[in-house]
Amino acid sequence: MSISGLLAQLFAIALALFLAPLLTGWVNQCRAWFQNRTAPPLLQPYYMLHKLFHKDVVIAHGASALFRFAPFIVFGCMLLAAAIVPTLSTDLPFAPAADTIALVGVFGLARIFISLAAMDVGTSFGSLGGRREMLIGFLAEPALLMVIFTTAMISQSTSVATIVETLAHRDFVIYPSLAFAGIAFTFVSLAENARVPVDNPATHLELTMIHEAMILEYSGRHLALIEWASSLKLYTYSCLGLALFFPWGIAQGDDFLGLLMAIPLLLLKLATGGVALALIETVNAKMRIFRAPEFLGTAFLLAVLGLLVRLLLETRV
Amino acid sequence: MSAAIPLSTQLINLCASVILLLAFAMLAQRRVMPLINLFAYQGLTLAASTLVVAFTTHQAHLYYSAGLTLGLKGILLPWILHRLVRRLYVKWDVESLINIPTTMLVGIGLVIIAFNVAQPISLLSHTISRGTLGIALATVMLAFLMMITRTKAIPQVVGFLAMENGLFLAATSATYGMPMVVELGIALDVLVGAIILGVFFFQIREQFDSLDIRHLERLKEH
Amino acid sequence: MSDLLSIDLLLIAASAWLLIGLGGLAAPRKLLFISRVLFPLGALVSVAVGLVALVSLGQTPEVAVLAIGLPDLPFHLRLDNLNAVFALLLGFASAGISIYSAGYFRKGEGAAPGLLCLEYHLFLASMLMVLLADDGYSFMVAWESMALSSFFLVTTDHRHEEIRRAGYLYLLIAHVGAIAILLSFGVMTGGAGDYTFAAMRTQHLSPFWASVAYLLALFGFGAKAGLVPVHVWLPEAHPAAPSPVSAMMSGVMLKTAIYGLLRVSFDLVGSTIWWWGVAAMAVGLVTALFGVLYSTVQSDMKRLLAYSSIENIGLLAVGIGLALIFHTYRMDALAALAMTAVFYHCLAHAGFKSLLFLCTGSVLHATHERSLGKLGGLIHRMPWVAWLALAGVIAGSGLPPLSGFVSEWLLLQGFLFSPGLPHPWLNMIVPVAAALVALVAALAGFAMVKFYGIVFLGQMREPGLKDAQDAGVLERIGLVWLAVITLLLGVLPSTVITLIDAATRQLLGTGLAERMADHGWWMLAPISADRASYQPLVFLVTIVLSVLIGRQLVRRFYHGRLRRTQAWDCGYWFQSPRAQDTAEGFSQPIRRIFGPAFRMERHIPSIRDEQPIYSVKVEDHFWYWLYLPVARLVDAISGLIVRVQGGRIAIYLLYSFITLIILLLVARP
Repeated sequence: MSISGLLAQLFAIALALFLAPLLTGWVNQCRAWFQNRTAPPLLQPYYMLHKLFHKDVVIAHGASALFRFAPFIVFGCMLLAAAIVPTLSTDLPFAPAADTIALVGVFGLARIFISLAAMDVGTSFGSLGGRREMLIGFLAEPALLMVIFTTAMISQSTSVATIVETLAHRDFVIYPSLAFAGIAFTFVSLAENARVPVDNPATHLELTMIHEAMILEYSGRHLALIEWASSLKLYTYSCLGLALFFPWGIAQGDDFLGLLMAIPLLLLKLATGGVALALIETVNAKMRIFRAPEFLGTAFLLAVLGLLVRLLLETRV
Repeated sequence: MSAAIPLSTQLINLCASVILLLAFAMLAQRRVMPLINLFAYQGLTLAASTLVVAFTTHQAHLYYSAGLTLGLKGILLPWILHRLVRRLYVKWDVESLINIPTTMLVGIGLVIIAFNVAQPISLLSHTISRGTLGIALATVMLAFLMMITRTKAIPQVVGFLAMENGLFLAATSATYGMPMVVELGIALDVLVGAIILGVFFFQIREQFDSLDIRHLERLKEH
Repeated sequence: MSDLLSIDLLLIAASAWLLIGLGGLAAPRKLLFISRVLFPLGALVSVAVGLVALVSLGQTPEVAVLAIGLPDLPFHLRLDNLNAVFALLLGFASAGISIYSAGYFRKGEGAAPGLLCLEYHLFLASMLMVLLADDGYSFMVAWESMALSSFFLVTTDHRHEEIRRAGYLYLLIAHVGAIAILLSFGVMTGGAGDYTFAAMRTQHLSPFWASVAYLLALFGFGAKAGLVPVHVWLPEAHPAAPSPVSAMMSGVMLKTAIYGLLRVSFDLVGSTIWWWGVAAMAVGLVTALFGVLYSTVQSDMKRLLAYSSIENIGLLAVGIGLALIFHTYRMDALAALAMTAVFYHCLAHAGFKSLLFLCTGSVLHATHERSLGKLGGLIHRMPWVAWLALAGVIAGSGLPPLSGFVSEWLLLQGFLFSPGLPHPWLNMIVPVAAALVALVAALAGFAMVKFYGIVFLGQMREPGLKDAQDAGVLERIGLVWLAVITLLLGVLPSTVITLIDAATRQLLGTGLAERMADHGWWMLAPISADRASYQPLVFLVTIVLSVLIGRQLVRRFYHGRLRRTQAWDCGYWFQSPRAQDTAEGFSQPIRRIFGPAFRMERHIPSIRDEQPIYSVKVEDHFWYWLYLPVARLVDAISGLIVRVQGGRIAIYLLYSFITLIILLLVARP
């Protein structure tokens, strides 16, 4: 691990921390455009984080130390995930720390801590949010694993860096199995990031909440960290999707010039992804909670189809 | 690996995958109008696939087949079905005998069976699109499953027609299309079948005041 | 002293346990002596066993012959790499449990402490003998003593009817399994009559008889391990037993059954057939899914953990099946991957499941409540137990950076290679089975969140919980020991795999250690670094640093002020502990989505009820489909046989008379 590698890694982490709220702001802006209303300013998430950090933390009498530590742990998990996924370059020091399966594990760890924190205060909404979040979690995992299988079969590896390098440096081939896996991945990331049609991030009705119900009791810096962690999760999932399905433009080494040149393409890809996400959110309505198994079951089936199509069409010619 | 797959085969594989995806989407569809639209898209994709095969292998009769598929399956039949739906005042949800997630799981099992059965056969064929034989067989089986698990009449007709789509794909992929006579014969059979089914539905509706085929179970001895 | 082999040291350890047990028998009511002297001594012997096993990994196998036993079949014993791994598990897990028990057993709990000490150490010694046994006879003797001693341990509190019932069911199924194992040994001798394992290894059986032996072993060892459908004793016996006994049974005894299955299928039978692996994998998947679904709907904390053990045993069977499939197709490098996953999961499960059961023991002692509906908020009164249980919960959900994740990761990596199988159907079906494994792991997370959240978090559901006391010193030492094992297994996977690789090499001929030698101890890359890699230390360090540095940075740039008030709860004024989720409420999504898997009886009140009652009872389908019909059949047959016992003397004399006449007619020269 050289000094330049370490600096490049820190730069990538800092960029992730900086860009994540911007991505959330951009998605909100696009959604407002599609819904024909005026959007809040693009930098609104930053203003919100600043405001929240300034406020006092007000927590319930019965909240334990787990409640106070969970936001930091969740933030740390998301930071680690953002460091591992190759956003700018594939050769950074944190990349071998986890492959795609371990990345799923990191997200699972964050989910468990936030569900436990939700149950800590002992209100009905906390346990409601906790059990719904675990429901979405266990339905999404088989689908995500099948997506990983399909992509791993094409590049013979589960390490994200290797997948990027294999796909970006082959000639352009249409892989139908990747298309299926990509659609399945989109479904799963909509579920995991608490977006319409699985969960509405802007809802104020408690009975329709999943993610919001879990963080109902948080305030001040804790809430700021959790909001930041949610933005980081969206950013990381987007970058993971880009790395698995649209990897062109990610640099190979850890020299600074290569990293700088990868940034504009990354911004362009993320902006397009944000527009697509806003479009999906505007066109669809939020589903009933017990239609979520069907939604994620469809994702699972698409991913399995991708795997089977790969086995049939692309390995024997 | 990428140099070994020419562009035409990639396009055919892509079309075949889209046909399989549409077959699954039809299986999972809840409403009748989108079901008919999906059938139309499947016809369009089939026509595109035949066009690619025709272009690559320079077989003139496949151009005619593609045109026929486009005209009949992509445009005419969906239009007829739309009119039928409007005349029967039918806009209900598609009900099925077993719930949709279970249907899809059974569908996956059928796809696995179809792929395994088709693999040794496709190794014998010499066409450029032989890999898609498994997909064609899977489409036929999925359409058959749709016919079995739907309780209303229109989705059953759509399933019957989708089966023919799968057979056509199998013919194109295994042998570069069928002789024109055979193809016209099959098309005529399908047309006559659809007419008979149409007459049948009006009769059912008059008898039972509903198009739910479970009412037919009343026509038993006891 | 220098020419004492490791196997002799282990035999000395087993005798030491027997002596300790007898010491307890000598002074049955002296609680202080037993708990402060004998149990800690037993723990020290456990640590010694673990260390001896550790040292003997990678050495040549050692044999010993004891002069006890039958005249022409003395006890043959053998210590090779396979049972060294399991002896390591036994030693280190039981050390923590014994230290905990030293602080746990108190006066007035059913049996006298001295009897408990005897039964407990007899249990330990017989498990060690099961691992060391090298012929059918000594194996069965040790197996039976294991079953009997654990039966007496389970029925410690024999004054309660349901505990006696649970013990009876346990003993019954243990014996059904033992018969199957004995029959399997019989088949494997190939008719030669030599019951030593060495002879069985050299026997060549036809595929039919080899399959018969394998299926009998799968059934017999599965009955002890808890595979579906012979699992019904597990959810009854584990809650009925005292918590250290449950921990020992779940953590160690179930693994001896896995050891037996590995020994038979990879060592004794010789060549394997491909469908054996498919059978094991199918049974394992059904067991895992069944176990985890039922654990999510339980209302009793120990039953929840018992069903979770069934799930983990299912995952072990899946791993064994995968290893068998790869081994049959000569893909031994991949079989080594699956086998390593099996070994690692045995070690990890022993650590975290024992930890969780012992934590429930402390909760039970503090609150006298087992039902989840009467617990809650215990993290405030019992911080040691709560924070150590959190480690067990994270490991139980299979999350990084603890031990449960490593074995799951290895297993999934093994599945990833399965599309390369040469068999036309398996290469499509096995990857889809991997999705079921992922579903099981995610559902396990659900069950663990329910367990931890309802027992330790939230508000106290009963006012009496305010007086709960935290665990004592000895109990804390036991819990910390097991938590440290869980952490080390999670953070040092490369080192552990290099150690246990000798066992994989012995069974399959190849192992993972050569390929892992190029990377450092901090990285786990079992095939190659390009293929997949995992560095748990990075996870741990990043998360700890982000907590510490994050707190400092926020305080430095903003502030660290904190105020306490009533919970927000969306503005509801009335906040009672009863507004929280009950155990049944938390599992409502599972009951709704997976409804057909359970046999549920629900009573939902109507609007007009003056005193509305809501009840839901979840029962096991297999009980009604399999066990009750079989019980009725056995009852009917025994009813027929009972008629032979007419009761009149004349009939009995007639029987003797008829037998005499028949013999005279038949035995004529």
